[in-house]
Amino acid sequence: MTGVERIEAVFTQVRRENRAAFMPYHPMGYPTREATLEIIAALAEAGADLFEIGIPHSDPLADGPTIQTATYTALTQGTTVADCLKMVSELRAQGVDQPFCAMTYYNPLFAYGVADFVRDAVAAGVDGLIVPDLPPEEGGELEAACRDAGLATIYLLAPTSTEARIKQVAAHSTGFIYLVSVTGITGARSELPPDLAGFVQRVRRHTDLPLAVGFGIATGQQAAAVAAIADGVIVGSALVKAAGSEDGVEAVRRLGAELAAGVRR
Amino acid sequence: MSPTTQTPPTGKIDYSAYPDEDGHFGPYGGKFVPETLMPALDELEEAYLKAVNDDEFMAELAYLQRTYVGRPTPISYARRLSEHLGGAQIYIKREDLAHTGAHKINNALGQALLMKRKMGKSRIVAETGAGQHGVATATAAALLGIECVVYMGTVDMARQEPNVFRMRLLGTEVRGVESGSKTLKDAINEAIRDWVTNVRTTHYLLGSALGPHPYPVMVRDFQSVIGREALVQMLDEGDGPGRLPDAIVACVGGGSNAIGIFHPFLEHENVRLIGVEAGGRGIESGEHAARFADPELGRLGVLQGTMSYVMQDSDGQIALTHSISAGLDYASVGPEHAWLRDLGRTEYFYCTDDQAMEGFELLCELEGIIPALESAHAVGHLLELAPTMGKDEIILVNLSGRGDKDLGTVMQELSLQ
Ligand SMILES: Cc1ncc(COP(=O)(O)O)c(C=O)c1O
Repeated sequence: MTGVERIEAVFTQVRRENRAAFMPYHPMGYPTREATLEIIAALAEAGADLFEIGIPHSDPLADGPTIQTATYTALTQGTTVADCLKMVSELRAQGVDQPFCAMTYYNPLFAYGVADFVRDAVAAGVDGLIVPDLPPEEGGELEAACRDAGLATIYLLAPTSTEARIKQVAAHSTGFIYLVSVTGITGARSELPPDLAGFVQRVRRHTDLPLAVGFGIATGQQAAAVAAIADGVIVGSALVKAAGSEDGVEAVRRLGAELAAGVRR
Repeated sequence: MSPTTQTPPTGKIDYSAYPDEDGHFGPYGGKFVPETLMPALDELEEAYLKAVNDDEFMAELAYLQRTYVGRPTPISYARRLSEHLGGAQIYIKREDLAHTGAHKINNALGQALLMKRKMGKSRIVAETGAGQHGVATATAAALLGIECVVYMGTVDMARQEPNVFRMRLLGTEVRGVESGSKTLKDAINEAIRDWVTNVRTTHYLLGSALGPHPYPVMVRDFQSVIGREALVQMLDEGDGPGRLPDAIVACVGGGSNAIGIFHPFLEHENVRLIGVEAGGRGIESGEHAARFADPELGRLGVLQGTMSYVMQDSDGQIALTHSISAGLDYASVGPEHAWLRDLGRTEYFYCTDDQAMEGFELLCELEGIIPALESAHAVGHLLELAPTMGKDEIILVNLSGRGDKDLGTVMQELSLQ
């Protein structure tokens, strides 16, 4: 199966179960290399359906303080792009079989070489790519490489996106579309934006692709609320905060179980 | 697209054909930003195009440039510096005499007026390195009654302290940035994060010919007033030499003062256009900001919205840069410079911290002008260039700003010597 097909299979399955997918984000190399492998394994056991794995970049301009600090820590420990892909293959060898979507900024990928990156990512076990500073206007080279390799290109939409942009992003995305819940950067928030359901509906009118909502979701209750209106619930900063706490693996396992229960409510 | 897949055109080049409609100068430029900002970039472009085609807007901008900024800034003949160097005759375009002490006001006022007259927004955010763009933005915001927040790396706040105080006097909130290298690049990240969060009410007033389309074009156009004036002034037989220069020299941080003076001269193919980057402690040291001069660190890449030359490690992480001047201490360079360089129309050299200090002192002693440390890089290059040229040849140097803000740094440097 290609990466696109593996991602599609997850959403087909969760639709059948009449729930949304739980999609945790974790920055590779944080807080350490070993802990990364344990955390992702713990989340897999806790009920994750699909992973977003962060490849750290020095200038994460769409990220808030939590993820900035985490990816900076990963970088200072010498985490490279090649390392991140190696961790993916180790996780595959350990038996983690959920789809992996690599999330990174364009420059690390571009510096690696777009075609080389896509080839090595597929070989390591990556299924899709999310590049928040790469709109479809600039994504031609990456899309072409991904298309040949069966890797999903997951573009983002935001509350500010116009109808024309929604159509454009829907036409270029494969696997699912990432809906940024808020006008803002990543970070746990105490409340969901009031107009979220309207935003999801606005996108829904233009596409049958699965819609996953991320940015700001932190609790099981919020996950349940988002699961009621979308196909996937993406949780980043709240889990990253847990990973950085004392006994991070257990804290992540606990929060992961709460979020996984949330999408099944 | 990589530069190898796009060979620059040959023969007579139509410079007005660039950028394309998505903001690409050949392989450079474009819009590499989060989706949240894409509609804002479209709106900005639309507002900008409306403004430049609106006589009333352009008249108001010209009026403010005359009566508030003090334009046109003069050109001065640098007789003693020319004699000292023993070669070309040197003329200086005096952006140091513009209100707030640097060329940055040309762009800041242009964008602030654009926001006020053509966009339904009420708040400005900006980044600043040397503090000159921050001061210019704070000034334009005060003049037009706009709320303003400026992000500045804490390292830069320390080395450009007078400008921090100036911005606060002007009613602007200065927010220190502690992330990364705590300099210009990090201030831009933080300004972009603010913009992403508040995009419905806020305009990002970017300070150089950088960032996603339409910024490189818009900033260039607002700064081109420098070159348009200089063209007329050089041809003046009374106060000027009565002919075009053989070379124009300007320092290049993001590249706005350079592109501003270069652009009106692009068609005049006999005028050499020379940009000077910050050589810091020398190229071999790796501690510099000479993106074009170091093939190991300076490679094609994307930083903060645009594809250009970017100082980076082999893994695509952005390298830390160094320059004695905060305004040149940046890892990337405006995309149009990269393209004009590929076309062979512009040339780039670098000037180390020490050479810039030498230029700084000479200009003070021989011409009675205290330059900004950024501009001192352009002067430093004259020390190499002018003696290789004949006495009947002419160099025009863009003195992008004055040095009041740098006195602390210079005092420290001189006491170490
Ligand atoms: C006086 C002066 N010159 C030059 C620069 C460099 O910017 P640019 O290359 O955009 O002209 C700065 C930036 O802060 C500056 O303050």
